[in-house]
Amino acid sequence: MRNVLTIWRKEMRSYFVSPIAYLLLTMFALIFGFFFWNALGYFVLMGMESQMRGQMFPMNLNEEVIRPLLSNASVIGLFFIPMITMRLFAEEKRTGTIELLVTSPIRDTEIIIGKWLAALTLYATMLLFTAVNFAFLFKYGNPDWKPLATGYLGLLLLAGGLLAIGEFISTLTKNQIIAGAATFGICLLLWVLEWVSGYESAAWAKVLAYMSVVTHFESFAKGVLDMKDAIFYLTVIFVGLFFTARSMESLRWRS
Amino acid sequence: MITVKELTKKYARTVAVDHVSFEVQKGQIVGFLGPNGAGKTTTMRMLTCFLPPTSGSATVAGFDVLEQPLEVKKRIGYLPETPPLYPEMETSEYLKFVGKLKGLSGAELSKRVDYVCDRCAISDVKTKLLGKLSKGYRQRVGLAQAIIHNPDVLILDEPTAGLDPKQINETRDLIKSLAGDHTIILSTHILPEVEQTCQQVIIINKGKLVATDSVQNLQARARGGESVLVEIAGRNGSLDLGVVKKRLEQIGGISRVEYKTSHANRNVFEIESQKGFVRGDLARAVVEAGWDLNELRPAAMSLEEIFLQLTGAETAPAEVAAKGAN
Repeated sequence: MRNVLTIWRKEMRSYFVSPIAYLLLTMFALIFGFFFWNALGYFVLMGMESQMRGQMFPMNLNEEVIRPLLSNASVIGLFFIPMITMRLFAEEKRTGTIELLVTSPIRDTEIIIGKWLAALTLYATMLLFTAVNFAFLFKYGNPDWKPLATGYLGLLLLAGGLLAIGEFISTLTKNQIIAGAATFGICLLLWVLEWVSGYESAAWAKVLAYMSVVTHFESFAKGVLDMKDAIFYLTVIFVGLFFTARSMESLRWRS
Repeated sequence: MITVKELTKKYARTVAVDHVSFEVQKGQIVGFLGPNGAGKTTTMRMLTCFLPPTSGSATVAGFDVLEQPLEVKKRIGYLPETPPLYPEMETSEYLKFVGKLKGLSGAELSKRVDYVCDRCAISDVKTKLLGKLSKGYRQRVGLAQAIIHNPDVLILDEPTAGLDPKQINETRDLIKSLAGDHTIILSTHILPEVEQTCQQVIIINKGKLVATDSVQNLQARARGGESVLVEIAGRNGSLDLGVVKKRLEQIGGISRVEYKTSHANRNVFEIESQKGFVRGDLARAVVEAGWDLNELRPAAMSLEEIFLQLTGAETAPAEVAAKGAN
């Protein structure tokens, strides 16, 4: 545990000493802020229209603003995750510092979990910026906080899975660009897998759609804490980290 | 301290290390010598548990590298060929990080950081970013991280590569000063380095162990008996080499006379004797024959010559070119 913390601290430091963290945080805050502004603008317009027509449809902040925004946040995250994970191992392999880590009296799993937690922390910090936006909804409106909480949990679980996959891919190369591009490709593929369910209902299509990371996020965004979906993400995290560990081991046998 | 038995590392197509066995006693500095691509780095990586051996075994301080890697790693300080530095870290911060990885903490950690900074003369760059340090400082920070946890065994992969002559001397002195507390293996392809710093030499070539012995023994072994080089010139005009050779061979105690070169009227012979000191007899004989004795010096074989003799002089350069850096 102590070693995990040592690695975590070192990773956090390299994120925040270089411009990487600031760049990612700024871009994410900017893009999400724009999404929020749009969603709110649309919501206000709809509200005024329904008032003018004299209709009194129940307007729900959770349904109309928070839920789509959480989905948007997960998509923006998809673009940022490769940038967070690509350097994790590729950089250490390129500069040779991996030799220091591997010849130190700590376990591979401690290195892997420390790095993964640091990546997740950076992602969580990005989500913190979305909270600033949502805080305004709570100040001027009265949304339900529970769907927001499950939504954040879902985002963290989803990102945890993709970060683990990204970490694994980063062990495969010395080149950050390759790691980043491959991670982005895989993440995108895992995202769009559910499209097959649109036109095909055979068993294989169901399996493919089930593998898609996005299908399991819907329940979280709705405010439902479904164990099945949580377990799906936990499985992705576990498999990603497990492959990372195997890859680190084979690194030594091959090198 | 270190026992290596039949250690072998095979890659897909090549055998990098081929049944190498040796032992290193506590407190010694051992030079690990071989041309580029000989398997030095691979052997060191197996000792540091970075690479698992294909077969054979290696124990460090009584712990097997395959069975108890964590125990081995605790007792080893390792400086890879390129110092494993994080450019975005400051020197003292980096040393603290490494110290923590090696299991130090609290007051002990800060004490060790100060100590190694002092020992490696890097106190003046403590707050500098590692990425901004010069090559010499980087190497010393690399050494400092290797000794931060006061390991029993130090493994240094080409510690002086790429340094300027002054830095090389400083690094060598530093390594020598560490010998008392640590057992040190250092790899190099620079022979004088071994002669200057090491007590024992392990020579490997093409993954195979060629020789392991003390520096003095190796020199003596390669030379056989004593040999001297003598330069003789004729007083009036050129000499008949056959006559000179015959005359020299008549001197008692001389086992072999070999004509080496001649330049203008100066002829160099190498003379070997099995027993005792013959230089006096030699000088007298030359002068009595009416020739000039221009030079008379012992032909101590340098490690370079021993090395080429052992690894095969003809094949060495070609192989370096073929195999490239390891």
